[in-house]
Amino acid sequence: MRRYLTGPVGWGIILVVAILLPFFTSSFRVGQFTLALCFAVVVLGLNLLLGYSGQISLGHSAFFALGAYVTAVLVGKEGFPHLATLPIAAIICALAGFLVGLPALRLHGLYLALVTLGIAIAFPQLIKRFDEITEGTQGLATSQPLPPAFLDWLAADQFLYFLNLAIAIPMFLLAMGLVRGKVGRALIAIRDNEIAAKSFGVNLSFHKTIAFAISAAYAGVAGSMYAFTIGFVAPESFGFILSFQFLAAVVVGGVATIAGAIFGALFIEFVPVYAADVDPSLTAVIYGAVIILFMYVLPSGVMGLIRRVAGPGKPGKEKDQAAGALTPEVGPPAGTRAGAPAAAEMSLSHQRRSK
Amino acid sequence: MAFLEVEDLHAGYGPVEVLHGISFEVEEGQTVALLGANGAGKTTTLRCIHGMVKPRGRVALGGEEICGRGTDKIVAMGVAHVPEGRGTFPTLSVDENLRLGAYARKNGGNLESTMRRVFDLFPRLEERRTQQAGTLSGGEQQMLAIGRALMLKPRLMLLDEPSLGLAPVVTREMFGALRRIRDEEGLTMFVVEQNANLVLEFAHAAYVMETGTIALSGDAESVKNDENMRKAYLGY
Amino acid sequence: MERFLETIIDGIAVGSIYGALALALVLIYRSTGIVNFAQGEMAMFATFIAWALTEAGIPIGLAVLITIAFALVAGMIIERVLIRPVEGGQELTLVVVTLGLFIFINGMATWIWGPQNRGFPRLLPNDRISVLGLDTTWEAVLLVVVLLGVAGVLFLIFNKTKIGLAMRAAAANPDASRIVGVPVGRMLMLGWGLAAAVGAIAGVLIAPRLFLDVNLMGAVMIYAFASATLGGFDSAFGAIVGGWIIGIAEAIAGGYIDFIGQDLKILVPLIIILTVLLVRPQGLFGSPAVARV
Repeated sequence: MRRYLTGPVGWGIILVVAILLPFFTSSFRVGQFTLALCFAVVVLGLNLLLGYSGQISLGHSAFFALGAYVTAVLVGKEGFPHLATLPIAAIICALAGFLVGLPALRLHGLYLALVTLGIAIAFPQLIKRFDEITEGTQGLATSQPLPPAFLDWLAADQFLYFLNLAIAIPMFLLAMGLVRGKVGRALIAIRDNEIAAKSFGVNLSFHKTIAFAISAAYAGVAGSMYAFTIGFVAPESFGFILSFQFLAAVVVGGVATIAGAIFGALFIEFVPVYAADVDPSLTAVIYGAVIILFMYVLPSGVMGLIRRVAGPGKPGKEKDQAAGALTPEVGPPAGTRAGAPAAAEMSLSHQRRSK
Repeated sequence: MAFLEVEDLHAGYGPVEVLHGISFEVEEGQTVALLGANGAGKTTTLRCIHGMVKPRGRVALGGEEICGRGTDKIVAMGVAHVPEGRGTFPTLSVDENLRLGAYARKNGGNLESTMRRVFDLFPRLEERRTQQAGTLSGGEQQMLAIGRALMLKPRLMLLDEPSLGLAPVVTREMFGALRRIRDEEGLTMFVVEQNANLVLEFAHAAYVMETGTIALSGDAESVKNDENMRKAYLGY
Repeated sequence: MERFLETIIDGIAVGSIYGALALALVLIYRSTGIVNFAQGEMAMFATFIAWALTEAGIPIGLAVLITIAFALVAGMIIERVLIRPVEGGQELTLVVVTLGLFIFINGMATWIWGPQNRGFPRLLPNDRISVLGLDTTWEAVLLVVVLLGVAGVLFLIFNKTKIGLAMRAAAANPDASRIVGVPVGRMLMLGWGLAAAVGAIAGVLIAPRLFLDVNLMGAVMIYAFASATLGGFDSAFGAIVGGWIIGIAEAIAGGYIDFIGQDLKILVPLIIILTVLLVRPQGLFGSPAVARV
């Protein structure tokens, strides 16, 4: 049963549902699912960083914003074609991610979280400061992409949805390929036991900074998608709380899983909506409460639940992905607290499990 | 009625059962040894008595059922535990470590006089009173752990592998102190040890465990002379 | 020159608030081993409670005392109810819980009191006074005195009382603490309660300077994080010194370096965090991390 659900058949089902979705729901809902697709891409990128290379980031709202602004400025002010801005945003964000990844090599857990949080807090301020380019607080409008002639039977919202889907699908495939390939295995080795990985010849610096770059590129692409979809960017949309949401989405979906990004994205898009339905002024209260409750009930995320329900799968897969349940250290770095022996034990016992 | 009575104890970690229904007792004022190879379940047994593992079965202290109670309650009843690996607080001073031993003491009584007693038994601890416990040698930390247990003024002292990692000279010194404690205080002690020879000279009675069951029991002398025991643990 | 020194005094005064919040962070870090990202929101909520009490006619001094008591209890309840269930698990889970708590408390405050900002009564008159020939305010003196007082009380609790010793033990080594019968859970609860109380004090002190609104603590927290990082996350003394240094740096940068101005002032603590973590990760007074080999 497990093999069916998490293998190609499971993905096939998701794909079919995704394609049929816009024809069976209201225009408003389609818009929401379109946004969920944007979030899925950035959450996927963050999961690659967190779940697979073991580095935490509370700064992805900045990369997301960077991608969004690249697209908004290029399209809105310079008249670039929309899709052309995607690779540009990806490259710029990859570079930014690489630059962040370099000092991040020296930081772990809590400290990395703080530095990236700092970036998330600073970025909107930078947007405001450089308002000759960004139009600062008043925001920047950008046109939404229009369907080509052969697709103009689609409603505008449906076209945007499929456009985002068309961008998201290769991003997911790329992620799957990365994770299964050499880079992915190196990252997993680093995540699980850096020192052992190093002694096996894995180049730590290269892989960890690459992971940051890739993850940031994903966030940038997602940001571009966001700019297409909403057609307007402003510093307020990219506050540091967005980073909190991305991180929550990763954990809610399931750390170190690819499919988890989908569930995480759906969570952060729709839970606030349903919360607002209950009582608009209580939105944040309910949202926060749901996040907390989720951590009690499903700490290994939706994918954790699916795996448990579906039963054990192939041993090989278990090794890479369930092992991700041992998430990176976000608390005290080893040694600053007498918990150090426990941390060492953690990695040791993990080694035993993956044999 | 024995002071410590354990009856048909079953315990484990998760799905794995480690203790398959063991029973034993310790008379008041006695020193009883628990021997056995690694993995036999000795530490688990101690943890059951101390409440850190919740077993099925019966554990009674002075007639009172303590099975399933929380560790802090059991400690307050006068059970002190000298854990494997000492369990001292390396960042705290020797003095602070000792004071912590008295945390659960009911009457609040005179800490200073108990500390005097500990320093009398272990003069080196007094020399190092304000030092951080982490800077002490292995032997000194073991003495600190025992001293800390004594600070509780316990009715029962559990010791888990006190000689582990200690040089022979230091081990003898430590057992000498334990002997003094036994003779001068009449403290009931339950000692888990790998060093069968040393502990059998010191204990009144012994139980030998083997994969979760009690394989052999009796007074120290007969256990020591038991041929199977000798072959299995002493090698001759 | 005088103006420079006065800027420094002002920096120390504000820095005392950062230091107080940093103390709260360090308290929780040392006891639970995580950073409580919701610390600022808890302080903000407590400050609103104080404001509501004064609006109801209660004199400010009494309101503050009631608020501190409230924060103490609330912090303990939060640990017991929200944090305890996930304490033994993954650290990442704990972090997400504090992030969720951030959103929850922020939302709760908005729901109860609305998003608009308000003035908060000053605890001391705003008269300018002269200290050592330099012009400053009663308030600045109060801030420094309160911080030192709080630090002093905490020092006494932790180093001279039985329960303080037990708390330190529970934080340093929970397993060994259980063995001697220390109720570790209860100690953690107390740690959270104290941290929340300290946060409330900080909130009440900073509110008169800024407007009281639900985002009061958002920016302040990053300064507090910078202070704790600079001082060393496991050092209470470092938190205070770090707070002062950050306060002074902010005051000088804001006042003397034009490029930074008000918008980018927030970069100052961020750059400090980054530099400290790259150059000396354990901060000025923290204990060095040991690589697990």
